[in-house]
Amino acid sequence: MTGTTRHASGETLYPRLEPLLAQVQKPIQYVGGELNAQVKAWDDVAVHWALMYPDAYEVGLPNQGLMILYEVLNERPDALAERTYAVWPDLAGLMREQGVPQFTVDAHRAVGDFDLLGVSFATELGYTNLLEALDLARIPLHALDRDESHPVVVAGGHAAFNPEPIADFVDCAVLGDGEQAVGDITDVVAAWKEQGRPGGRVELLARLARVDGVYVPRFYAVGYGPDGAITAVTRTRDDVPARVGKRTVMDLDEWPYPKTPLVPLAESVHERMSVEIFRGCTRGCRFCQAGMITRPVRERTITGIGSMVDQGLRATGYEEVGLLSLSSADHSEIGQLAKELADRYEGTNTGLSLPSTRVDAFNVTLANELSRNGRRSGLTFAPEGGSERIRRVINKTVSKDDLVRTVTTAYANGWRQVKLYFMCGLPTETDEDVLEIAELAVEVIRAGREASGSKDVRCTVSIGGFVPKPHTPFQWAGQASAETIDHRLRVLRQAINADRRIGRSIGLRYHDGKPGVVEGLLSRGDRRVGRVIERVWREGGRFDGWSEHFSYERWTAAAAEELSAFGVDLDWFTTRERTQDEVLPWDHLDSGLDKEWLWDDWQEALSEEEVADCRWTPCYDCGVCPTNGTEIQIGPTGRSLLPLTVVGR
Amino acid sequence: MARQPEGPPPPPTVQKLRLRYAKRGPLRFASHRDLARALERALRRAQVPMAFSAGFSPHPKISYVGAAPTGAASEAEYVEIGLAERRDPEAVRAALDASLPPGVDVLECVEAAEGGGSLADRIDAARWRVELPGVEPEELAAAVAAFLASDVVTVAKRTKNGLKDVDAREPVASAASAGTAGCAILTMVVRQVTPAVRPDDVLAALAAVADLRPPSPPRAVREAQGRLDDSGIVADPLGPDRAARTRCQGEHAAV
Repeated sequence: MTGTTRHASGETLYPRLEPLLAQVQKPIQYVGGELNAQVKAWDDVAVHWALMYPDAYEVGLPNQGLMILYEVLNERPDALAERTYAVWPDLAGLMREQGVPQFTVDAHRAVGDFDLLGVSFATELGYTNLLEALDLARIPLHALDRDESHPVVVAGGHAAFNPEPIADFVDCAVLGDGEQAVGDITDVVAAWKEQGRPGGRVELLARLARVDGVYVPRFYAVGYGPDGAITAVTRTRDDVPARVGKRTVMDLDEWPYPKTPLVPLAESVHERMSVEIFRGCTRGCRFCQAGMITRPVRERTITGIGSMVDQGLRATGYEEVGLLSLSSADHSEIGQLAKELADRYEGTNTGLSLPSTRVDAFNVTLANELSRNGRRSGLTFAPEGGSERIRRVINKTVSKDDLVRTVTTAYANGWRQVKLYFMCGLPTETDEDVLEIAELAVEVIRAGREASGSKDVRCTVSIGGFVPKPHTPFQWAGQASAETIDHRLRVLRQAINADRRIGRSIGLRYHDGKPGVVEGLLSRGDRRVGRVIERVWREGGRFDGWSEHFSYERWTAAAAEELSAFGVDLDWFTTRERTQDEVLPWDHLDSGLDKEWLWDDWQEALSEEEVADCRWTPCYDCGVCPTNGTEIQIGPTGRSLLPLTVVGR
Repeated sequence: MARQPEGPPPPPTVQKLRLRYAKRGPLRFASHRDLARALERALRRAQVPMAFSAGFSPHPKISYVGAAPTGAASEAEYVEIGLAERRDPEAVRAALDASLPPGVDVLECVEAAEGGGSLADRIDAARWRVELPGVEPEELAAAVAAFLASDVVTVAKRTKNGLKDVDAREPVASAASAGTAGCAILTMVVRQVTPAVRPDDVLAALAAVADLRPPSPPRAVREAQGRLDDSGIVADPLGPDRAARTRCQGEHAAV
């Protein structure tokens, strides 16, 4: 590296970056200047946040979490927030050559100049990109090697509920909703700086460790037994909590963010605006980490949603609004909301959409309403399991007849393409469970052709390998091996293609089993896995979520070499089923879910017993509400949307 | 039975506006597709009453004319939009300019004259200005002289179907060197041909004939587009519309 060129703190790097941009792919992703982006003066604020989404700009820009925190922080007069994304290898090479460090896209400031670097992990496959960004930013990879001149590296997002594999690389992790937590962290950092940085970095981290929801790994020691399993995780200071709980934002209407969503010039993976209509889910799907760790359900009101849609459209000019949540059709006012939004935007060429929904005829009605006078191209359902039996195991119960009837209704209503999401490798699964997907798809096409009177109907089966996640009833399950997944995908493909007259109307999209195994290692790994991540990065691993960059061989070789000293291996972390008494790496991190309840639910899964949603049936004592002092917040409110003068009318 | 959109067909175009806009600064790295998306969204934010195509996925009536390449800045990009209601061109220009990110600046807006022909027909050449940091003006002058003295300069050009040899000399109507010590400036007028010869191709030609190799990436700006007349001047493609407008207003005044 030639680059030891110094720059003043907060100074723009753009003049040095610009000549490099002429030499790379899609340079627009590095220049910022998005509509609704903000640049504040460096010296006007006490606390500087760099917010990172550890994937390519086109994936990271639409991320709601990052957009929310960006606005919440920039609204504070004493703070600023800028964004940074993973840099593609072509630019990373030039940056190293020319000594240009990791930069923010907003004002092209060096990430190393900021007080904090917040990294949002939606998936564990971003871990190598974290290391790449730290290295490009010239921040020591290991938290223990950092001094007061380096940013505090904060992990957030769903993967932060088990940050142990990256415990060596982050200074802290925030569990749960970030809106209020980032404010508390900003206060702590501002006070510590104002007081002249007493006690240095360790004192700052100790203060942060006392903020609700903040976990500082260095203050916790992990012990291992002769069998390789964890014996205990104990705190090393008595002024930090023994267990760290999660943050929960109550009353979403008080947090209507993002108010002015970012609109990039570059193309992104979501060319639409999103409005989060509720947070949390209590359907109790046993595979779903998001549903488990975001409890309880907190709805935004119909009027709150209406004003966010209106304000967001005015601020962005987007042509489409997605009504986002973990299961949008479950909003208590969804029927009225769909009708009133469709009324409001009729004739304005504004599209409304729901993400994938449960298999339910009502959801077709909803989708019809939202697309009242628009194109009906595709509708997506997520049955997740191929057979009725496996759907009872995962607690996502829908009968085969209902499934076929629902999809047929969609075709009869003019939808031409239905996409069905499935997983394979679920606990207790056999080949037969997966083969039922083929039968189902064939039946759907037959019924669909009949109902629509057209051969022009398509069904796309999208399927990927299941990865057991922490804080779910399946956290004890043995993950299916890559070979098992690939075998089941193969027999499924053969079954679908058995009858070409039907098979040609069925598309099969699948992900092979290998990336899932690595995701499994990173999801349920402990601190020893950090050495694997570091080795993979040193050997060139990055952008592991992209098949053209992912190397399974690099991961398995690194795992074999780095884990053998501990007497464990890749299988130990992935395909091995855990026992009830095993100390799990994340047991000291509290999502509110009672471990005994999770175990009981795991046993009920194995005996194919269902559990009902606590929104409509009595509490089943998962533990979240009493632990966190929270409660379910649902409507209906009885209110309705007021007429507006809308954009483009 | 295929569904049909309910209700009447969308209202027809009643006014065509022609815009000249610039892409400047960091936004020179925006591609044509990036700019097209930004423009469509800005039209919605600015509440310009666009005319739409019919069908289930209606598109606003926008036609783009020969966009500058990604990485090149421009002072002369052109687009034509169809409106479903009449608007004052200057008001549309101001609203749209305010709605677009800084660096995409709407400079002019005129109403298309009836029967005046298409905008694309009024553009067959572009005037470019290319800054070459680290290159001395004398160096560039020698290279340009060698280039102009050649009948044919073949360069390999990356196209959709792989590398293709093109002659970079023939479309260059004129080229001159200027600038100050440490930063030469190349100005040239290049005719539209297929495949297009762009500043990068001319620079590759200068490397071929005179081994001119700029130490850092050149910065190109398209200064004008239009019809190349016999005197070597690139005419303003909005000129005829502006003239028709003035004439029209003049006739009104006379009545």
